[in-house]
Amino acid sequence: MRRAAGEPDLLYVDLHLVHEVTSPQAFEGLRLARRPVRRPELTLATMDHNVPTNDEPPEPISAKQIEAMARNAREFGIRCFPMGSPEQGIVHVISPQLGLTQPGMTIVCGDSHTSTHGALGALAWGIGTSEIEHVLATQTIAQTKPGTMAVIVDGALPADCAAKDVILAIIARIGTSGGVGKVIEYRGSTIRALAMEGRLTISNMSIEAGARAGIVGPDNITFAWLEGRPYAPKGQHWEKALDDWRSLATDPDARFDREVKIDARRLRPYVTWGTNPAQSVTIEDRVPEPDALPADARDSARRALAYQDLRPGTPVRDIAVDAVFIGSCSNARLDDLRAAADVLQGRHVKPGIRALAVPGSMRVKADAERMGLDRVFIDAGFEWRDAGCSMCLGMNPDILRPGERCASTSNRNFEGRQGPGGRTHLVSPAVAAATAIAGHFALPSDLR
Amino acid sequence: MEAVRRIAGRALPLARADVDTDQIIPSHWLKRLERTGYAEGLFEAWRRDPAFVLNDDRYRGAVILLAGANFGCGSSREHAVWALLESGFRAVIAPSFADIFRNNALKNGLVPVELDETTTGRLVALVRADPATEIAVDIERRIVEAPGVRPSFEIDDFARTRLLEGLDDIALTLRYEVDVAAYERKRPEWLPRVIAP
Repeated sequence: MRRAAGEPDLLYVDLHLVHEVTSPQAFEGLRLARRPVRRPELTLATMDHNVPTNDEPPEPISAKQIEAMARNAREFGIRCFPMGSPEQGIVHVISPQLGLTQPGMTIVCGDSHTSTHGALGALAWGIGTSEIEHVLATQTIAQTKPGTMAVIVDGALPADCAAKDVILAIIARIGTSGGVGKVIEYRGSTIRALAMEGRLTISNMSIEAGARAGIVGPDNITFAWLEGRPYAPKGQHWEKALDDWRSLATDPDARFDREVKIDARRLRPYVTWGTNPAQSVTIEDRVPEPDALPADARDSARRALAYQDLRPGTPVRDIAVDAVFIGSCSNARLDDLRAAADVLQGRHVKPGIRALAVPGSMRVKADAERMGLDRVFIDAGFEWRDAGCSMCLGMNPDILRPGERCASTSNRNFEGRQGPGGRTHLVSPAVAAATAIAGHFALPSDLR
Repeated sequence: MEAVRRIAGRALPLARADVDTDQIIPSHWLKRLERTGYAEGLFEAWRRDPAFVLNDDRYRGAVILLAGANFGCGSSREHAVWALLESGFRAVIAPSFADIFRNNALKNGLVPVELDETTTGRLVALVRADPATEIAVDIERRIVEAPGVRPSFEIDDFARTRLLEGLDDIALTLRYEVDVAAYERKRPEWLPRVIAP
């Protein structure tokens, strides 16, 4: 929108997503400075981090934050999908679902997983609370031009592999800071063949490789996903938008600052063993010996193994879990729930394991129930919950107890992420479901 | 934001890589509605270990945090920066920073100083040998000063000016209101508006 020598570029923000946790101080800043929200109609709020996903009322301190979100939305004229609304859900699930996330848009949100929206060809990234206030007041954001990185994934995915395994493989390759300062474009035949849900999973975890954003070029899968959604362009606007979106694809001979190639045919399902998302192996492997790792990875591997209470050399399939969580902005869309339900059908969770299925939005929940997926989860021994961030991040009643080990479809295995002392292993929805049945890490094909 | 020119004092050798913001301030602290009240939550889980460096009295009053690569990765929570500032830190020296953390730090006058692994390692060795070692970060001259080490660091002119003058970003941008309005008139009509689907 504005470029000047010696200053960061000023970008116009096409959509600003807001949730209850990172916004209260920004609204307070506006009040103190007597500033209005410049474009309320380009702003959407919901409640996701704090909300309980069962019938219990929110904890009192969470309730205050939830009430503050509702009050701020009212005061500043912003549309909000509150707890109890049929449109409520995880902010990164509801916006693509409503058709608000569109190719070529700039989208920001006070949440690092805003990278999710890149799956539709939007430039989307997470910001802090000071930046939220800036966007609310000016509808713009200052940015220095990022570097570029192509991650090219080619070949057909093996039957038991999913988008989650692709992104975990990418992060294992480039590391937790491999994308710092850069926008990743995911390219190649594997990415092209993925349904939108899978692309959303991949873009979602771009931030786990440190990337500012992670984009998939818009194509017919993108357009088919958008057509007919509530906020997608209609009639002649649809035709104009399509013309514009088709022009957005990267030139075939484009040069990137860095290129990484992944052969999808050789992938296996991944399981993280450590406390960052790059610390992973395939399910066929064993927990690594820190001394066998590169010198700069040994210290953190040792600390991670101590925290995770794992011994080097243990086969991944021998690791037993206490809990299974299928949910989060990474993997709580209809396709994810269907993949898990396919595995659970006619089976039962191993006794003693706490298993949660948490749809990413109330609309996903309703769609799943129309397909009878709720019965599959419930009959298998899962708790079938309302929409929210739930056990991804320990801000609501769904937390691990100290020492508990969880197979989780979320995106972060940091120490204490799912509750103080909790131990997280990131996996795909199908592996999470098979693990719930077996009681230890397992593939669907391992069952019976 | 308060102007910041030079930071000098003791430094705390954290020296771990990939420190995520969940460690800096655990999520249950994020339920607060204020910008203050986070000091107690700083590295809450790690502080339960009596051997953790933040519990070492010799580093009490440190104003500089010496960290490892990729400091502040993960969640976008600005609360991590608020917790560090409230605990007395004014600068973090590390081989690299996560993008969002760096932005958040600069917005609040917490100075992110990027120095290579070797230099950061030398500073860590200095303060481990003598916790009373004084380290200074001079934003105006873009240098770090410590006994026997005087590395320069990079910070772009815009960020540096903002720190030195303590400028309010929103007031800066509002000067371009005319440009913003002109841009808004040219935006394609198909772009979504939340109020009227």
